[in-house]
Amino acid sequence: MRMKSKEAVELLNNGDPIEMGRAADAERRKRFDDTVTFIVDRNINYTNVCKNECRFCAFFRRKDHKDAYLLTNEEILAKVQETVDAGGTQLMIQGGLYPDLGLKYYEDMLKAIKSKYDITIHSFTATEIQHFAYQEGISILECLKRLQAAGLDSLPGGGAEILVDEVRKRVSPKKIMTDDWLHVMECAHSIGMESTATMVIGLGETMAQRIEHMDRIRQLQDKTGGFRAFISWTFQPHNTEMGGEKVSGWDYMRNLAMSRLYMDNIKHIQGSWVTQGERIGQLTLGFGADDLGSIMLEENVVRAAGTAYDMSINKMVEMIKGAGKKPAQRNTKYEILRRF
Amino acid sequence: MYATDEYADIEQKILNGERLTREDGIRLFNCHDIAWLGNMADMVRKKKCGDIVYYNVNCHVNLTNICTSHCKFCAFGKDKDSKGAYAFSIEEALNVVRDAKKDPNLAGLHVVSGLHPDWTFEDYLERLQALHNEFPELYLKGFTGVEITHFSKISGLSVEEVLKKLKAAGLKAIAGGGAEILSDRVRTELCPKKATADEWIEVARTAHKLGIKTNASMLYGHIETIEERVDHLIKLRDLQDETGGLQTFICFPFLPKNTELGKNVKQTSMWDDLRTMAISRLMLDNIKNIKAYWVMLTVPVAQIALGFGANDIDGTVHKETILHDAGATSPTALSEDHIIKIIRDAGRIPAACDCNFNILRRFD
Repeated sequence: MRMKSKEAVELLNNGDPIEMGRAADAERRKRFDDTVTFIVDRNINYTNVCKNECRFCAFFRRKDHKDAYLLTNEEILAKVQETVDAGGTQLMIQGGLYPDLGLKYYEDMLKAIKSKYDITIHSFTATEIQHFAYQEGISILECLKRLQAAGLDSLPGGGAEILVDEVRKRVSPKKIMTDDWLHVMECAHSIGMESTATMVIGLGETMAQRIEHMDRIRQLQDKTGGFRAFISWTFQPHNTEMGGEKVSGWDYMRNLAMSRLYMDNIKHIQGSWVTQGERIGQLTLGFGADDLGSIMLEENVVRAAGTAYDMSINKMVEMIKGAGKKPAQRNTKYEILRRF
Repeated sequence: MYATDEYADIEQKILNGERLTREDGIRLFNCHDIAWLGNMADMVRKKKCGDIVYYNVNCHVNLTNICTSHCKFCAFGKDKDSKGAYAFSIEEALNVVRDAKKDPNLAGLHVVSGLHPDWTFEDYLERLQALHNEFPELYLKGFTGVEITHFSKISGLSVEEVLKKLKAAGLKAIAGGGAEILSDRVRTELCPKKATADEWIEVARTAHKLGIKTNASMLYGHIETIEERVDHLIKLRDLQDETGGLQTFICFPFLPKNTELGKNVKQTSMWDDLRTMAISRLMLDNIKNIKAYWVMLTVPVAQIALGFGANDIDGTVHKETILHDAGATSPTALSEDHIIKIIRDAGRIPAACDCNFNILRRFD
């Protein structure tokens, strides 16, 4: 039977995290047995200029700041080449909300990549999509259709943070609100553009608000079926205006287990070694996660070529094997490309 | 394979409070159902210890890092003429504690040191005595079975006489280090120059006879086999059946960095650390406390380990050096507030204790 929100809130507040982990692990096992996947991809952040100035963000710069940048198509293509050379199958292109670029900049970027490379473009968050549409003076749906035609394959689920306006108004008042985020996702799913969904915990939200977040995603998923995976991160207070404390490992694990238990209609639950470190990342595989996301080809790692990259895959494979699971590299659609 | 079917017999034993066998222990080390293991260990912990998690406000005093033992897993020990080698005078040892005393809650000292080639037993003893004289209010825990065996050999005194002198100088409990893996095969390969397994156990046994409580540890994740881990736990369990003098058990995952052995051995995974913690709780049915030593595990992992059987999170430490020389990435000290928060966030009750687990303050 499907978990009710009241029960979920109670469990998040007072549940035994290990018992929740066992239940979540049983769900994972039913669906995936012992296979745990990961992807080889690269993040390309085309600009750090952003008009949103979210209080939890350490990345953005104002346009006139000395560290502000906007990548040219040549620079982006060079990064794509490195990614392909390193065996990457996916690009995650994301950036700040640059104040005055037309949709053409993004369309040209996508076309330039697709004309040269056979690589999946899993890019732009809902926040960016809405920004592009507004700048261009077109609807979200129209905007997504044009990007899709130019080569955009799927949408990452970033920018969801906590899908409760009360929280959003406090931490990112200029950013899109809950209904806007869901609307972008719904439009995308309607044209066959699948996506993931995310969540950031530790923004001062209540447990009830966390469940409200999961509930909104579960409801939309019932309707569209377009979410491939759910990924939760913890707010990283360092270098941000908001500051504050990191959520504890316990809180993260409990929330992770709950995401597997509550969102019964979302297939993949990703553990985040990037925000939690490799050790807790490995533990997520016992608490409901079936995927560890990307090995993250960092710029310097890619440049350092072969060895560093092999190390990363080896490390990932070992981490998964160490948890008694069978590692497999996947593509963006979660199809298995190779086993180890 | 999953616990619910594969390990149903062991689960039943645990529920009945029956002792697990060597074979059970070995099977558990092959179990990948980490949440089940945690669940079992946590259940036993709750029944045995309730929700209190012990910590202590302490300071580590390492009198010297000059050591003749040259254990292959150690990054702390140095030769006399090596860079960074040191040996505290009495005054220098006192200064470490004077600095730590700026924390008004400081309650105890943890004194462990290298086996210095030129120091006599008296040299160690007078430093301990001086610490006790200047800080009689601080409880003194210190010296491992390895050091005490060494003291006996260099002084010609029996282990019992050495212990009596240490006790007279203010020692209240013996540290758990130096047990490594209580197997002569492992010790011959990694640390042939120090106390053998039997010698280490004999120190603990003698101390218990004299009414001195001791701790015990296991350094794992190097060349030992799973069977050797389980045998180690059983040796401690047998000793405890005999004397009842072991207070807490500490799992030390081997930290490979900067050690000779580390060139060929990788650091243990989270999975292995939590599994080892849980199995230790399940096998050591007669040792009350299981410590999640945050210095080695890192703080977030130690917090999670509280759900895998641990009920002790060690201390504020003041300034840890032995493991940080081996590349530990944890901080070198934690504030008491931080420790209290970690314990509370895990839904448990923090209690500051002395080196004999007497509660000094608790925060319900």
